[in-house]
Amino acid sequence: MSGLNRAAPWVVLPVLILAALPAMAFSSWVTLTLAGVAMGMMLFLMAAGLTLVFGLMDVLNFAHAAFVTLGAYLAVSTLGALSGLVEANSLVLNLLALVVALLVAAAVSGAFGFAFERVIIRRVYGSHLQQILITVGGLIVAEQLLVVVWGAEPLHVAKPLLLRGSFIIGGAAIEKYRVVAVGLGLLVFAAMHLVLNRTRIGLLIRAGVENREMVEALGFRVRRLFVGVFVAGTALAGIGGVMWAVYQELITTAIGADMTILMFIVVIIGGLGSVTGCFVGAMLVGLVANYTEFLAPKLALGSSIALMVLILLWRPRGLFPVAKQ
Amino acid sequence: MRFATRLHGGALRIISGDRPGHPIASALVIALLLGLAAAPFVFPGTRSMAAAARICIFVVLAASYDMLLGYTGIVSFAHTMFFAIGAYGVAIPLARGWVGWDAVLFGTVCGVALAVVLAVGIGLLSLRVRRIFFSMITLAVASFAQLLATQLRDLTGGEDGLTFSLPTALGPAFRLVSEPVLGVRLDGRVVTYYLIFAVSLALFLLMLRIVNAPFGRVLQAIRENEFRAEALGYRTVVYRTLATAFSAAIAAVAGALMALLLRYNGPEATMSFSIMVDILLMVVIGGMGTLYGPALGAAVIVLAQYYLQSGLQAMSDATAGVPLLPALFHPDRWLLWLGVLFVLIVYFFPAGIVGSLRRRVVRSG
Repeated sequence: MSGLNRAAPWVVLPVLILAALPAMAFSSWVTLTLAGVAMGMMLFLMAAGLTLVFGLMDVLNFAHAAFVTLGAYLAVSTLGALSGLVEANSLVLNLLALVVALLVAAAVSGAFGFAFERVIIRRVYGSHLQQILITVGGLIVAEQLLVVVWGAEPLHVAKPLLLRGSFIIGGAAIEKYRVVAVGLGLLVFAAMHLVLNRTRIGLLIRAGVENREMVEALGFRVRRLFVGVFVAGTALAGIGGVMWAVYQELITTAIGADMTILMFIVVIIGGLGSVTGCFVGAMLVGLVANYTEFLAPKLALGSSIALMVLILLWRPRGLFPVAKQ
Repeated sequence: MRFATRLHGGALRIISGDRPGHPIASALVIALLLGLAAAPFVFPGTRSMAAAARICIFVVLAASYDMLLGYTGIVSFAHTMFFAIGAYGVAIPLARGWVGWDAVLFGTVCGVALAVVLAVGIGLLSLRVRRIFFSMITLAVASFAQLLATQLRDLTGGEDGLTFSLPTALGPAFRLVSEPVLGVRLDGRVVTYYLIFAVSLALFLLMLRIVNAPFGRVLQAIRENEFRAEALGYRTVVYRTLATAFSAAIAAVAGALMALLLRYNGPEATMSFSIMVDILLMVVIGGMGTLYGPALGAAVIVLAQYYLQSGLQAMSDATAGVPLLPALFHPDRWLLWLGVLFVLIVYFFPAGIVGSLRRRVVRSG
């Protein structure tokens, strides 16, 4: 690939952000861009596990969104139980409540992810057809069980006191919670980047994505690595679910289905298996969703599908295709 | 004797030489056919006749999905979208006051045409790349279509849907003959039922013809080994896209029949995700890649739906004192139990009813 060709996918993001500027006032552009980046960060958290699991073991988990929903419902319960910290007039205590909720969600989702891998995924390696069928079945069962535990009524999530509302800078409203979401997303992206590029495990994961047989032939147990990646991915999905639930403030089990579609669009745009692609794809989807919601509210979901179609016509394997053997 | 042989040959020709493959499977299929053919006389009453008509429609819908899932090996989540397009095709002209057979025909043709165009579009976009994209993209497109159906209120009636009246020959006041036949009054509902039955049977035979034609063999070759099929000179993308278009067209006709049966169409009636789950269950329970299997599966699931909710209510009442259990058996949780059933079948019974029976024939023969 020529240098220009390789750089092209990176250009899409800034071009999109700049292209939106003439369509609206500067202050709304700032607000919407931040909102889009924040939504993109949360989408990235949710979808990162999906793309890695696919890249490493060729497993497409349609039930991934169930872990997002689980995280969201756990946020309702933990933040509800920590109402003292949530309502306290102290940023430290507020953030502490959020961090506790994130940790609880990560632990519980990760544990369920481990069980899910054992019971459901393990038996259907190698057959895409069976994987899709069985994980769709798993998604239905998981969603219905969440309804059994938490009920079918929409639930309210308590947003920590000092994270409500927004700053006004130069006429542009900047929601405080979005800043937190961007910070957390960047932190996780940086951590993932470090793990994948600077550690031995990361090296094995990247090598496994590119050519699993070769890594196995060298004596490494890719299966075991895969379980770790699967658990980490579901834990991240749980974290994303908490962030998304606090952002939305009102949740139903329908968020699983909505998120499935957005996550699929993100990983397809980015190129299945690519973490960088997932990050850029999530940003694109988040920004496009927020811009269109402002310019033409009825087309929000349609806009992400249109984005996916355009990108697939241009790059049939996504923006950052993984070199597969 | 010669007459009997010729009769046998003729029957085989009608089903394109494709037998259910096991005496029990044949018996079940024949029982289903006879039961449906005689339903208005054997099971009179509005509720049971509606159930029989639903079975006819879902036999067609599940079999058309089997052409994709079982014969071609691709998973689509947009099948209910095509089903709904057919239903809206009939509902929209009729709801606007254009009541007549020409409106029904026009609506069906438009629905089928739109379904085919969409199927070819989705197929060319995604099947060209990777098969797995197809499942993800159909899911996204189907949910977008659902959104459109609820938002375009002027055209589709939004969440409320469209209610309409049918041509007189299908209305309840119509009498085919003035005297009851075998104790059943041949009113418009019976005429509607037999219209649905006849079209469904014709479509089912057409699908048997398609999958047993050379075209169908190529689809199965692609399912078994795509690379080899391509190496033999078949353009797999073209074949897969054609299979998608065929099954979408047939699903759209089934949707038109559904609209005639319900005299109503809305997002919940033909488009919801739970219908997609039903179709998946029917195909998997009956046996993927057999066509007869999904037909039997459709009968099982439709009957189960008519009786499952009351069964769950009874379970829920019986366990009233125990914590959590009543919630698990709440009648609204039927999807949970269908999901559990689905997972168990994919694990332990992946060939389904007809597939497992056929295997026993192969093993003993």
